[in-house]
Amino acid sequence: MAQERSLMKGNEAIGEAAIRAGCRFYAGYPITPQNELTEYMSRRMPEVGGTFIQSESELAAINMVYGAAAAGARAMTSSSGPGISLKQEGISYLCGAELPCFYANIVRGGPGLGNIAPAQSDYFQATRGGGHGDYRVIVLGPSTVQELVDLTMLGFELADRYRNPAMILGDGILGQMMEPVVMSDAIEYDASPKKEWALGSSEGRSKHLITSVRLAPGTLEKHNMHLLEKYRKVEEDEVRYELYEVDDADVVLVAYGTAARVAKAAVAMSRQNGGIKLGLVRPITLWPFPKTVISDIAKDKPDILVVEMSLGQMYEDVLLSVCGKAKVSLLAHTGGGLPSEAEIVETAKRAKSSNEAIEVYPSVD
Amino acid sequence: MKKIFGKPESLSDKQFTYCPGCGHSLIHRLTAEVIDELGIMPRCIGVASVGCSVFADEYFNFDFIQAAHGRAPAVATGIKRVAPECVVFTHQGDGDLASIGTAEIIHSANRGEKITVIFVNNAIYGMTGGQMAPTTLVGMKTTTSPLGRRPETAGYPIRVCELLKGFDGVAYLERTAVNNPANVMKTKRALKRAFETQLEGLGFSLVEILSQCPTGWGMLPKDAVEWVDKNMKPYFALGVFKDIRAEEPQHVT
Repeated sequence: MAQERSLMKGNEAIGEAAIRAGCRFYAGYPITPQNELTEYMSRRMPEVGGTFIQSESELAAINMVYGAAAAGARAMTSSSGPGISLKQEGISYLCGAELPCFYANIVRGGPGLGNIAPAQSDYFQATRGGGHGDYRVIVLGPSTVQELVDLTMLGFELADRYRNPAMILGDGILGQMMEPVVMSDAIEYDASPKKEWALGSSEGRSKHLITSVRLAPGTLEKHNMHLLEKYRKVEEDEVRYELYEVDDADVVLVAYGTAARVAKAAVAMSRQNGGIKLGLVRPITLWPFPKTVISDIAKDKPDILVVEMSLGQMYEDVLLSVCGKAKVSLLAHTGGGLPSEAEIVETAKRAKSSNEAIEVYPSVD
Repeated sequence: MKKIFGKPESLSDKQFTYCPGCGHSLIHRLTAEVIDELGIMPRCIGVASVGCSVFADEYFNFDFIQAAHGRAPAVATGIKRVAPECVVFTHQGDGDLASIGTAEIIHSANRGEKITVIFVNNAIYGMTGGQMAPTTLVGMKTTTSPLGRRPETAGYPIRVCELLKGFDGVAYLERTAVNNPANVMKTKRALKRAFETQLEGLGFSLVEILSQCPTGWGMLPKDAVEWVDKNMKPYFALGVFKDIRAEEPQHVT
């Protein structure tokens, strides 16, 4: 099977990658635009001796994952914005109890029921923890179907390594599109030697307790400081990004996911036409955010343009990274709107010639 | 000398922190005795919920996990599916199970999850200070029904056994009480039957236990046990609601 190239839909590619990463427990609830993933798991899990449950709600799904992860399985769920909002309760508990799991948010337009068009408007929710309490989840931002596969497999590894949830922040385009992918071989995953903390038979050992409640004075503060130490290690070791044509660029774009696909095309188009020289920084990990590389680039490049399908969410992380060293402009779309290559090139030109940073939003007249 | 009474092996040395006269500690002890007698302690996994029994995990000598409010049956589902060789049970109160967790309890029952649910019904939210529960009786005064529960605005107490009885996934369902020695012994038998149901892989099992909450009810423990007889039993009938191993349900009301 290895190195075999096949055409796969994004949502199904996540499912197959998860199976090959050793995931044997999936609980989910239908929501567009991620249904193909739930459907794929309902077919595949029984074939590999795993568990598929169509849960009564997203709340139940994430709590089933909490139980399955506690019992040592590689477990996952998936949804889109409104469902991920419901799952925040369980995600907070998973973080507090230090349980690994993997999940995908195939983002649709919000707020509320919004629409089913692709969006990046759950960036804050994903990168700021999302639920109650002091915690972080590892957030991966794929921009191709191949990357959905690779980052799903990486997500399970990182989740186990740090005993913390890891997620993919995709969108409706990535979930629905078909692209050629190369699947890795299935890994031989055996949890028992690794997860010495898991629930199971307590014969011959002391009891295992998995909890997120720490009421005794000082104990929660101590635990949260332990979590912080872990998050700092993630920030040190797990930042991932792609640089594209940055060295000689006059304006450096920052974009992830689907927006980065368009941004990359804009870089190529403008260079091909002999226009403004653009480059691209594409964050692959959205948390931890590649702030050092962006900060370093900002020392030499006076103009940075953030392109995102949300109203200035990742913009804030870039502003924090740059910290006033360069002019940071924004091209934002929302509610399912997409930037075009021409619009990016045009905005970059305007940003460069302007003395002040500019913010460009869709015209709704 | 022959030892005729002692602490069950399944119970830890941690002292119960429940109020005087509370039924929770009694129920924990009965659970531990049953687990000892069935010889299943090393493969038991308990799921603690939110409410007075939030620290149930500290009182037992086998693996435990603490679940979010109302979600214990979903957590138990995840554990049992991954570790079917283990005996998985939840210990939940009435606010947890019959209010915020209604979806989880109904659907785990309907799926016939092979788990055991120990449902403690004391008609009040104890941990948070005595608010109205889904099982609070009509007319009963609580901190959020200061004039007594009014059905016109707050509806009626939910009868969980009657609600779950109709689901085909349910294999064992009984309501008991722990307000006198005879009822305590019946509760122990019910718990044993429920665990046996799980061990035989027959489906979902639940024991609803009417329990006294002297603190929340604002009365002495001796009055609280009488109050269960006078006020709770007429509304929450005791008995076996479903036992797929028996031919006929045996109501003992």
